[in-house]
Amino acid sequence: MNSIRRKFLKSTAFFSATVVTIGTGLLLPGRAFGAYMMKAFEAKDVSGALMEATGSDSYTESGDIKLKAPDIAENGAVVPVTVSSTLPNVESITIIAKNNPTPLTSTYMLQNGAEPFVSTRIKLGKTSDIIAVVKSNGQLFAATKEVKVTIGGCGG
Amino acid sequence: MATIKIRAKAKDGITTVKSLVSHPMETGLRKNKKGEKIPAHHVTEVNAVYNGNTVMTANWGPAISKNPYLSFKFKGGSTGESVKISWVDNKGKSDSLEAIIK
Repeated sequence: MNSIRRKFLKSTAFFSATVVTIGTGLLLPGRAFGAYMMKAFEAKDVSGALMEATGSDSYTESGDIKLKAPDIAENGAVVPVTVSSTLPNVESITIIAKNNPTPLTSTYMLQNGAEPFVSTRIKLGKTSDIIAVVKSNGQLFAATKEVKVTIGGCGG
Repeated sequence: MATIKIRAKAKDGITTVKSLVSHPMETGLRKNKKGEKIPAHHVTEVNAVYNGNTVMTANWGPAISKNPYLSFKFKGGSTGESVKISWVDNKGKSDSLEAIIK
C-alpha cells in the first residue's frame, strides 16, 4: 500500500515539475526565449544572412566600431573576436564570417543599459573577412577585418 | 552538473560579465570515424538578466566555438547584486546560473 502511494506521489511530483518547466518555456525544444533565427543561420551568403538577422543588408563602414581579431588564426576552430562601438543607441551587434559555408555566426540584441560590446570565439572554415555589423539608431554600420586561417575550424 | 561559469565585476558604473559555457557546439558537418555526420548540437540562445531586465540576448549558430566564451557589459550593477545567464540549445537542453557581481 505504501509503495503504491510512494510511486503515485513520485510520478505526480515529476509531472508538476515538468508542467512548471514547460510553462516557463524552458522545455520547448529549440524555441524557448524567442523565435530562433533559423533562416538567418542557414543563409549561404552575407547579404541573405544580414537581411534575415537584422532586416537590412546594406551597411556603411564606420570608424566608430572597433573590431579586434587576430591577423592570423593558428586554429580556425577558436578565433577570438571582440566588437565594441561608440555609436549611439546600439540595439544589436552581428558577427559575420564571410567565407564560412553559412556566414552568420551570431547576433547579440542589446537593451536595458547593455553597452555596445561583445566578445566571443568563433569558428572560421578558412581565411575570411570578419564583418562586425552594429545597428545604431536603426541603421547598420560595420567594420571589417581579414583573418588568415592556417587550419580550418568547421571540420567539414 | 553546472555548465556555466560567470565572472561579473562592477567598475566605474559599468558591469563587465565574462562567461564560459560547457557545450560541444557541434556544427553538424563533422564526421565520426565511420564517416557518418555527427548531428548538429549547439546552443541557440543565451539570455542575460540583471535586475529583472534582459540586458542581452545572444542568438548563436554552430560557428561559435566549442565551450563558448561570451563577454558583455551593461551600465549599472554594484557589488553584491546578481546577474543571471541562461542558455538553451537545439535539442531543447538548457541551463542557467546566477552569479554575484564583485
